[in-house]
Parts: sequence; structure tokens; C-alpha cells
Amino acid sequence: MNIIVVGLSHKTANVEIRERVAFSPNQIEKPLRELVALDNLVEGVIVSTCNRVEIYATTRDIAGGIARVKRFLADYHRIPLESLEPHLYSHHSEAAIRHVFRVASSLDSMVVGEPQILGQIKTSYGYAAEYKTSGIILNRFLHKAFSVAKRVRTETQIASSAVSVAFAAVELAKKVLGNLSDKTVMLIGVGEMCELAAKHFLNSGARGVIVTNRTFERAERLADEFGGEAIRFEELLANLHRADIVLSSTGAPHIIIGTKDVEEAVRRRRFKPMFFIDIAVPRDIDPKVDNLENAYLFTVDNLQEIVQANLAQRNREAEKAEEIIDKEIGQFYKWLSSLEVTPTIVALRTRFDEIRKAELSRTVAAWKDATPEDEKRLELFTAALMNKLLHTPTAVLKKAGQGGRVDLYVDALRQLFDLEAAPEEDEELELEE
Amino acid sequence: MTHLFFSLTMGLYICATAAYLACLFRTSPGLTQWASRLLTIGCIAHILSTIHLASLGKHLPLTNMQESLSFFSLMIVGAFIVFERRYQVTTLGSFVTPVALLMLIVSSAMHGAVRQLPPILQSNWFWFHALLAFFSYAAFAIACGVAVMYLIQQHFLKTKNFGALFQKLPPLETLDEISYRCLAVGFPLLTIAIISGAIWSEQAMGSYWVWDPKQTWSLITWLIYAALLHGRLTIGWRGKRAALLSILGFIVLLITFIGMKHSITW
Repeated sequence: MNIIVVGLSHKTANVEIRERVAFSPNQIEKPLRELVALDNLVEGVIVSTCNRVEIYATTRDIAGGIARVKRFLADYHRIPLESLEPHLYSHHSEAAIRHVFRVASSLDSMVVGEPQILGQIKTSYGYAAEYKTSGIILNRFLHKAFSVAKRVRTETQIASSAVSVAFAAVELAKKVLGNLSDKTVMLIGVGEMCELAAKHFLNSGARGVIVTNRTFERAERLADEFGGEAIRFEELLANLHRADIVLSSTGAPHIIIGTKDVEEAVRRRRFKPMFFIDIAVPRDIDPKVDNLENAYLFTVDNLQEIVQANLAQRNREAEKAEEIIDKEIGQFYKWLSSLEVTPTIVALRTRFDEIRKAELSRTVAAWKDATPEDEKRLELFTAALMNKLLHTPTAVLKKAGQGGRVDLYVDALRQLFDLEAAPEEDEELELEE
Repeated sequence: MTHLFFSLTMGLYICATAAYLACLFRTSPGLTQWASRLLTIGCIAHILSTIHLASLGKHLPLTNMQESLSFFSLMIVGAFIVFERRYQVTTLGSFVTPVALLMLIVSSAMHGAVRQLPPILQSNWFWFHALLAFFSYAAFAIACGVAVMYLIQQHFLKTKNFGALFQKLPPLETLDEISYRCLAVGFPLLTIAIISGAIWSEQAMGSYWVWDPKQTWSLITWLIYAALLHGRLTIGWRGKRAALLSILGFIVLLITFIGMKHSITW
């Protein structure tokens, strides 16, 4: 049995295409059932997020399975296969295992190390488990992927640094102000970016928010949302000294906070440092403010720089993660291969035994004066012959199973002797979460 | 025996300093732990060495430059261990342990024999004075190390240089707070040390204040720290200005300390 992966992601398709191929979680049952009803497809899981749509399945027929899943994706979403095909990638066997381990560990994400993807795969797997479209192999496979992702998270620093501008602002503020728990944030303007940063600051323990805006009502609305205080725009400078952190993003065409204002505010604060972030273009805060003592001014560009540096660090950590994945693939692949050995041996023996018994009864029927002793002798002889003939193939197959390279033998035997598909035994699943 | 403890201290301090310096370039919880352990064991060996020396001479080993430097070094290491526990500032070790090690190396290179205690030092006021002075020195040494870190970190922030060292150094406000704590502890100690020194001077030389270089420099040191503390409490001086004054104060303090040998004729 082989694992195949067919899908597309932010790396191969733009958002318009990804949207058209996405599956809604509310109606996931139908596509899941259709998927496992495809010829030669045994198990199936559909993962659909805003950055990727992927189908994980098991099949005996790799090429056919991949082609059918591709066709399924196109037909289900009513897109011509020719226009979808260039965006699709497909993997099988080891490469498929590696792909899913990497995706779950967030190595294939747009922002490497972002944690959401693992949760999204878990949810997708949850649907498949609920509708029983995943079976013994995919169950084990995805649980393994979750534990690999967990290992990557704990053993590397892939997710330890800030990779969003808003979060970088918080980290930077901590480098100046230390503990944020008794600090006040002032928002000048009600831009989306400022709002997001303010949320991050509050999550990091900041004590309060002061909001000001040219339109006072909008300031009030935002202040309500944060449980903060709204002040009129004219009162901004008079209140500046109360803020430890100032986030500014107005659309003003000129500077609204000058060096004199900050100097005055810092003096009124008895030189306790102030932290400014100017998101506005053109600038709201005079760049010279940064030359003042105990005032620290940063722009979006500075924050971007931090984000870039952190991303570079993540990529270095990603290399360590790849090593972890390499080791885990080997182990899982061994298990997957060994899964095939026993049923194949059983099927092979059953086949031989059927032939032997058929030939035996025919011979006995034609042998007129055979004594029961003769029959017994013939029975023993054919059984011994069969065992001798099967001994070497069985031993070789068992050995190949331990080495993890068993596909070739299994496929050859199944075709040479026209064996049935292996019956799947139910196995207790070890839940690793 | 003293020599054995001393060599042990030296070896451990060298290893600890190397580990603390390596901490600047590598992030590894294990390394940090080892640095801290090595230094703590080194400090214990140092204390044993000092006690042994004291029992040989029947007085605190503070009577010549060699002994004093070693004691200074011990005080700095002790103060650092306390602050590291309190504030979790490993990087401070990278700045402070090299200083302590340097003092120990200079001390070991100096020649000093256990000798008869000169009568001029046979006064409780002298021991009281010397001990308090060293406690305050240690506090000011830590303040100086923190001030250097503050200036480096501030430079990174102002030049928008967000490199690896920037990530390692503690927040400015934490550094400022440690600096203030050191000052708040060191200044009263220094004040009492100078007063008790004056009393001893009266006993030994018949005058509270003789304006010899040692006393003059002590006064200058005291004035600098007094200005720093005053500025901090009344105006709210902090940050760069406080850091620069703190470094200046420690430089003057070192001049006072080194000048000591020549000024008092024992």
C-alpha cells in the first residue's frame, strides 16, 4: 500500500486558484466520501486552508491513484483539468511522507514556523476520522506527523522569535522598557496596524490604552473596545507624558509630534524612557526625536528589519528540523512496509495450498487402488514439497520487510500469483496527543 | 594551602570567564548553567583561600595591594552572584567576571609576604573602614558593568542595530534599575566607610582629615556618587547620563584604590 499526496499551495498557485479549489469544512463529508469511492483508492484525508489544499490518500496503484485524485479535484470544483494541472504537485511513498511531515511542522508554510497549520491539519484529519475515510495507514501516518511537528517545535527554535511587525514592536518595546505590565500605550489615529499592535501590547500585559483621533467618535469606539480612554486630538500633547508607548498612524500631511513636545513630555515623566513607533507615511513624529535622550523612535522599516532577521533565523532552525524529519521518515516507512509482509505471505501460502489440495484430490480420485496409507503419503509429500518451495521466498520477504524495501517484492508476488488484496486487520490506535 | 586554594580559584575563574564570554555568542541554557556553577565554586575556593590567609596573618588580608586586589575581586564576584540570582542577568557576567579575573591575575603577579601588622593598622576602625569600603566598591563595580551594558544597548537601539548581542543584552530599564540598586546600597556604605576612615585617621595620625591624595580622591569619588544619587532622586536622572556618571565614578574609585598604597606610609 502506498501513500500519495496531491495538492496545491501558496507556492504553486495564486489566491484566486486556491479559493476555487478550497473545500468548505461545513460540506466536507461529500467530497471525502467521493474521494474514497474512487477506483483503487482506500483511505483519504482532505486538508483545506487558505494557503493550501491537499489530499492524502492510500492506494496500490500510484500513477492511477494520483491521476484519479487530480481528476477528482478538477471535476469536483468544475475546473478544466488542463488549467488546474500546472498548479498541482503530487508525491508518493517516501516523498509523500516527507511532504506531510514538513507541512505539519510548518516548514512549508508561507511564514516558516507559524503554528496554525498543525491545528488545521488536525481539524481536517478529525473530519476524515469522523466519516471513517481514514483508516489504519492514514491514522497512523497523521498521528506520526503530529508527533514529528511537536518534536520540531520543542527541539528547534523555529517558532521562538517575532515574525510579524506588530509582534516585533512588542519585542522591541520590551528591550527598552523591560516589563510591560505597568506601561500605558497611546494610539494616535485608529489604523488597522496600530490596532493590531495595541492588541499585542495588551496581550503582553500593558496596563492601559489611551486613544486619540481627529474624529473623536472613532477614538471613543476603539477605546471602548480596548477598555481604554479616549482623548480629544487637541489634548494629545498635553497627555503625551502619560504614555510609555506611543503608536502613531494618522494620515496627517505634516509632523504632529516634534522634538520639543517629546522633550517636554520626557521631562514631565522625570526622564522615564518613552518608546515611539511611527507607522504613518508621511511621518507623524519628527525623526529627530530619536536623537533625544530617553526617547526611542522606530519606524515600520526598522520593524521589518527585525522581522527579516528573525525569519532568517527561522530558516536556519528549519535545517535542524529537516534532520529530525529525515530520521522520522525512515522509521515510519519501515512500519508501512512491514505492514504488507505478513498478509502477503499468508496470501501466498493460501494460494499454493489451494492448488496443492485441488491437484491432490484430482490425483486421488483418478488413482483406483490407492490405500488410505498411499493417500496419506501423497498428502505428506505434497505438503513437504510446497513448504520447501515456499521457504526461501518467505524468508526473503521477511528480511526485506525489516529493511523497509518491500514494495517491489510484494507487488511482484501479487501479480505473479494473482493474490488478493491483503485483508486489513484492525489495530488499536495509539493516540500520541 | 593558600596557594592551592588560590590556584583553584584562578583556574575556576578562568573557566567561568571563558564560559560567560562564550554566552555572548552562543545561546545554550547548559552553558549558562555551567558558567554560573564554575563561578560559584570558584567563589567558594576564593573565600577559603581568603580565610586561610587571614588565619595565617591573624587579620583580614587587606593590608597590601596584593591582598586587597584579591579581596576586591572576591567582593565583585560575590556581588555579581547575588545580582545574577536576583535579576537573571547572565550577560552581566560577561562584563564583570573578566574584571574580577584581571584583578586576581594582577594580584597573583604581585609580590607580597605575610608580615607583621604595622601598629598604624591595629585599630578596629581601620578594619571597619576597609571592609565597608570594599563592599561599596563591589556595588559600584557592578553599577559600572551595568552602565557599560546600558551604553552598548542604547547604542544598538539608536543605530537600529538588532544583532545577536542586542538580543542577549537585558532591557534598558532592567539595567537602569540594577544600576540604581547598586548606587542605593553602595553610597551609604561608602559614606560610612569614609567617616570611619576619618575616625581611624584621627586615632592613627591625630587628625580627621589630612588632605592626603587618598583622602582627597575618596572625597571626589564620594562627591560624584552623591551627585548621581541626588540627581536621580530629585530630578530623575537616569539612562545615559546616569550611566556615564557611574562609569566616571568607578574610574575615580579605581584611582583612589590604586593610589592608596602610596599615600599611607605603612
